[in-house]
Amino acid sequence: MKPKGDRVLTGTQFLDGDQACCEGALAAGANFAAGYPISPSTEIVERFASRIPAVGGVFLQMEDELAASIAIVGATWGGAKAFTVTSGPGFSLMMEHIGYASMTETPCVFVDVQRGGPSTGLPTLPGQADMMQARWGSHGDYEIIALSPNSPQECFDLAIDAFNLAEQYRTPVMFMMDESVGHMTEKVVIPPANEIKVLPRRYTRLPPVEYRPFRPSPEGIPEMVKAGEGYRFHMTGLTHDERGYPAMDWQVQDKLVRRLVGKIRDHAADIVRCEEKHTFDAEIVVVAYGITSRVALKAVEMAREEGIRAGLLRPVVVWPFPEKRIRELAGRMKSLVVVEMNYGQLFYEVERAAGGRVPTSLVSHGGGAVHEPETILAEIRRAAQ
Amino acid sequence: MSEAIGVQPVNPVEPFLRTERMPHIWCPGCGIGTTVNCFARALVSSKLPLDKVAVVSGIGCTGRVAGYVRLDSFHTTHGRAIPFATGLKLANPELTVVVYSGDGDLIAIGGNHFIHAARRNADIKVICVNNFIYGMTGGQVAPTTPTAALATTTPYGAFERPFNLPFLAESSGAVYVARWTAYHVRHIAHSMSEAFKKKGLCFIEIIAPCPTLYQRRNHFGDGLEAMRYYKQKSVVRNGANTRDVQIDLQGEIVVGKFVDIERPTLKQAMDLQLRQKLDLPPSNGGGSHELD
Ligand SMILES: Cc1ncc(C[n+]2csc(CCOP(=O)(O)OP(=O)(O)O)c2C)c(N)n1
Ligand code: SF4
Repeated sequence: MKPKGDRVLTGTQFLDGDQACCEGALAAGANFAAGYPISPSTEIVERFASRIPAVGGVFLQMEDELAASIAIVGATWGGAKAFTVTSGPGFSLMMEHIGYASMTETPCVFVDVQRGGPSTGLPTLPGQADMMQARWGSHGDYEIIALSPNSPQECFDLAIDAFNLAEQYRTPVMFMMDESVGHMTEKVVIPPANEIKVLPRRYTRLPPVEYRPFRPSPEGIPEMVKAGEGYRFHMTGLTHDERGYPAMDWQVQDKLVRRLVGKIRDHAADIVRCEEKHTFDAEIVVVAYGITSRVALKAVEMAREEGIRAGLLRPVVVWPFPEKRIRELAGRMKSLVVVEMNYGQLFYEVERAAGGRVPTSLVSHGGGAVHEPETILAEIRRAAQ
Repeated sequence: MSEAIGVQPVNPVEPFLRTERMPHIWCPGCGIGTTVNCFARALVSSKLPLDKVAVVSGIGCTGRVAGYVRLDSFHTTHGRAIPFATGLKLANPELTVVVYSGDGDLIAIGGNHFIHAARRNADIKVICVNNFIYGMTGGQVAPTTPTAALATTTPYGAFERPFNLPFLAESSGAVYVARWTAYHVRHIAHSMSEAFKKKGLCFIEIIAPCPTLYQRRNHFGDGLEAMRYYKQKSVVRNGANTRDVQIDLQGEIVVGKFVDIERPTLKQAMDLQLRQKLDLPPSNGGGSHELD
């Protein structure tokens, strides 16, 4: 077998979400992946393992997710564009290194194809219950970026965005798929390579004597180096100063963590992205993301046929949360309905952003199957009364 | 030569250290500093281009080594230096990647990574400072603590069988395995420079004193006393069967170079397999050279 050696598979393809995610990572320039098999995510690395040798790069199946999630950090400092792929139980094991990547400002991507949980849960069936874990799962304070695709096309497009955001903000980015999106096959249009915007790593041009690996640019984001270039730099997960040297005092802690949090919070307006359908005249807005947004849209359209002015707000970027937009909508809505495949995660964020100005309800589902549109419709009807 | 007058003789190790970070955190009499001294000497004698040497540590007193050496250096998470190093080396094959950490870090929490890196023959040089104890966290039992030794979490004496690290390393697949004590400074430096030149997973265990938490609690005296003990009780047995080099409390310590074999490294094996199967040009054999 001679595999295709093209990094970008330009053209119209029929791919499932997992395959499309892999193609997106390749198109974004990913040349290193480490993983540990787990349903329903494994197809992403299986495809990467078969594609990458001819393209130029490495896939390594590690001994566990702790290893996979730090091998990508090591690879990144060796100059690679790296990612790892997992699902619930593996995502739990990766938490320490999400914190480590945040603390060391390592640009890399963590893909979580969510399945039902907790624990081993529903290995082959969908869930959306890792959303708060993606935000808060590692100890200590940090901000994160998380994206939520709702189609194979978006698995491709947003995977590229995930890598670009990682580079732009020097941060790990969470790519929060779900089993349904991962395993559904649809048309995916892959543009020519030269039409794909890929953000290169922002390597410093400063000479080693002047370079400080953790000195922020005016936008709050330090420039990078890689190992082997004569910078003789140090990095650590300990609280550190601009040189990357440990410093055990509250002033350095405050300066560092405030910046880590700030570099994302202060750019939230640039990062946040929502898709809206029928919100221009809506009095009921349904908030849903990932696979759930597709069922929710169906319910919204059914409600509209009944004369209920319903709309859909879909956070495409989930973290940072589109709280400004929710606040605006809450000011002129009758009701907000959150639909998600868990027992309330983003719901609390919506409620917080709505600030009590409008009733907010949740259509929950424990995972294992997507919502029935009728269940959502019933809640829209109730909210419209 | 008037310029030379008044110039302090520079310690040959100093250029390798982040002197601006001194004083270091290690206790008086701690063996870790001794090993770093040997490491610096090995770097000099092996004439490696220092810009291409990276040190990766886990967490612990030994884990702080990465923070003190003037090289590209990475202080990672507890137990995970080896998988970090595996990623680093694959992404940037021209680096010499040294993992420098403690026995608890490498063999307890990191034990799974250790055996797999050895199995794969990842091209990394693992330096394990074995002080028989968890130093950083205050003297708890380690998987290397000799049976009956006292630790804070085995106040009546350790009752588990400790790992025999050279045996573990060899049976997992390491291509170079040596053990020395902190007394054997020239041997340590020599083994390190041999390991730097060798491809594949090299493992050097260095028995070193933790006077503060291990020697004192077990009434073994101070750092100097430990050196005396190492001198008296260690026997050099190059090529010894690693099965026979188990350490017990205050018994004989077999030291030497035990293993030095050839086997394809992870990257060599990967490239070979892919090239054979995929009919790739030699310049692109699973090539990580395109990783820039
Ligand atoms: C995940 C995690 N668990 C526990 C710790 C606490 N911890 C720090 S160092 C250490 C043990 C270090 O012992 P060893 O590797 O033998 O190194 P030494 O300090 O003796 O050099 C432990 C348990 C940690 N930092 N991270
Ligand atoms: S506690 Fe032990 S290992 Fe740690 S620095 Fe002190 S003597 Fe060394």
